[in-house]
Formats: sequence, C-alpha cells, structure tokens
Amino acid sequence: MIIYGTAILAVCHLSGIFLGDLLGTLLGVKTNVGGVGIAMILLICARLWLHKRGLMPQTTEMGVGFWGAMYIPVVVAMAATQNVVAALRGGPVALLAALGSVLVCACFVSMINRTERDAEAGDAAATETEAETDNRVATHRA
Amino acid sequence: MLELLEKTAKHNGLILAFAVVGLVMIVSMQLSRRLTMGRVHGSAIAILIGLLLAYWGGVQTGGKQGIGDVSLFAGLGLMGGAMLRDFAITATAFEVHVSEARKAGLVGVVALLLGTVLPFIVGASVAWSFGYRDAVSITTIGAGAVTYIVGPVTGAAIGAPSEIMALSIATGLVKSIMVMVGTPMAARFLRLRTPRSAMVFGGLAGTVSGVSAGLAATDRRLVPYGALVATFHTGLGCLLGPSLLFFVTRSLVG
Repeated sequence: MIIYGTAILAVCHLSGIFLGDLLGTLLGVKTNVGGVGIAMILLICARLWLHKRGLMPQTTEMGVGFWGAMYIPVVVAMAATQNVVAALRGGPVALLAALGSVLVCACFVSMINRTERDAEAGDAAATETEAETDNRVATHRA
Repeated sequence: MLELLEKTAKHNGLILAFAVVGLVMIVSMQLSRRLTMGRVHGSAIAILIGLLLAYWGGVQTGGKQGIGDVSLFAGLGLMGGAMLRDFAITATAFEVHVSEARKAGLVGVVALLLGTVLPFIVGASVAWSFGYRDAVSITTIGAGAVTYIVGPVTGAAIGAPSEIMALSIATGLVKSIMVMVGTPMAARFLRLRTPRSAMVFGGLAGTVSGVSAGLAATDRRLVPYGALVATFHTGLGCLLGPSLLFFVTRSLVG
C-alpha cells in the first residue's frame, strides 16, 4: 500500500528531526543540528534494509517517490512566501556571493579534471585560452 | 457568486496552493522550452516566478510572508512551510542508489566536500564584507551559496529571520541559473568529457537542477553521472550547514 511508503518516510523524518534536536541540546545550542540530513541517511538505510528483505514493493516506493517529486513545487511555494522585499534591500549580496562561488568552483572543477588522464589531452592546450574566454562570457551573460 | 468562489478558495487554502503552484510550473516549463530552448531549467524559472510573487505580495500587504500574507493565498504558506518542505527534501534521498554512488569513489567525495565548503566560504565572506556580523545571518547566506535548498534548511534550523532566508534563496537561485546557462559555454574549460569529470562537476557545482540542466545542454550522456553526485550535495549541505559550518562560523565571529 502507498501509505506504507509515506509512513516509512514520516518515521524517518520524525526520527531525524528528533535526533537533530537531541544533538543540538547535547551540544548546547538551541537549534536543530542536521536533522534533515540525518533523516535522509535514515531513509537510505531503511530502504536498503527493507529492499534486502523484499519488503519494498513498487506501491510502497511510490508512497515515498511522490513526496520526492513534490520537492520542486514545495520549494516554489516556499520561494513565494519569503520576505523578498527585505532581501532586495540587502543589495548585491546575492549576486556577488553566487558569482564568486560559481567562479571558484569552476576553477576547481577544471583543475581536478585536468589531473585525469585523457586520450584527447593533446588538443587541450590549444583550446585553453579560447575556453577561458568562453567562461568569462558565460559568467557575464548569467 | 464571486463571494462564494472566494469562500471556497479560503476554506481550501492548501488545495488552492497545489493548483497555483501547478499553474506556475506549467507556465515555467513552457517558458523554459520556448524562450530559452530548455537551457534554463523550468524549475529555476518557477522559483523565480515564486520570488516575484513574493515580492508582489510583500509590496501589496507590507507583510513578511510574501504572497502568503494575501489572505486568499495563505495556503502557500502551509505548502512552502518548514514541515512539508523538510518532508519533501527527505524523500529525495530515496532516489540515491548507494551501489552506483560507490562508483564515484574518492574523487566524488572530495568534490562534494569542496563543493559544500568552498561556496560557503565565498558566500560567508561576501556576507561579512556587506556588514553582516552575526553568525546566524553569515551562515545562512553562506549556505545559500551552496544551494537554494541548503540555505533555507540551514536558516530554519538556526533561526534566521525571513529576509535573510530570502537573500539566501536568491543567492542559491542566481548560482543555479549561472550553472545552467554557463555550463555548456564553459564545458571545454571545465574538461567535461568523461563520466568521471561529470561526477567532479556534479559534486562541485551542487544544485541538481543546475547540474542536470547544464549537463543536458552540454552532453546528454553525462547527465546521470553528474546528477548522481549532486543528489548527495543537498543532503551533505543540510547535514553540515546547521552543524559544523555554523559552529565554525560562530567561533570565528564570536
């Protein structure tokens, strides 16, 4: 039954939030520490455990899958209920923080991927300058 | 007649919210396909429309909850509230396949950690340089630079005010759109050719919508590899943001 899946998700969610609150209290901060992350790990474990025992039929999976698919719509609703007027008073913080992190990450991706042995490595040097220009154009347009 | 319609809507707030968001999604998907040729993912456009609606609501009512303050649309506040949001995000962990994830190996883990810590440092530094001095605001904005999910989840956990949350979402959103649009153009600089390079990219760039849309426009075959690592990104960020990263930030700014 579909509700089994949703119930498993609910139990993992509640346990994760509870453990997050507990961890927060133990650490002396009055906040939830990684509750959602803990819930996600619990769900992955629960899925593996149930799957191994053949207790995870398709309909049960659908009970979780539905909520997983709902996360973009829920985030849209969340965006629509934020205090955007106040955020805009924050000025160019969002733009700069985003641009900065994209540039830093792009450099690291490029650096790590350059360590990979590649049959096509020969043509890499030739296109490098051009690619960097591309990257600059990309960030400008964004 | 009109009164009766209004009454129906007000008494079924959450149901109306489902219909409204569905409408926003269909409009965004069409805009994505027709205006940007699929280059900017529909979900990013939908979130942008959401933020615009929030702005309109804020201007109309002077409240703090965006369009949720317009009494007719109060149900959006429930749908986008912490309860359903965290529930839906937890559910996405279900799509992670552990055996496949192992193939990403060490390089994927390194990319994931860098992809969480580096944007956080950049975001937190920008927040600091713009005069935010409290650990909660700096952490929330820094987490927003990781992804637009990690930002509000972290903010909610450590008790950030709504305008900081909105700023954090805006940061993650701008980043996501930059990744979507920029990836195909920067593909050669990024060396996006092999599954391994796509996994590195997925770990560092983070946002699932940004990565999957960006890779789809670069090379469709690379999409699952990038998305696989990126699905861990939100979980890792949600785990580290309100815990380790918050504590480090708090110890640094006092």
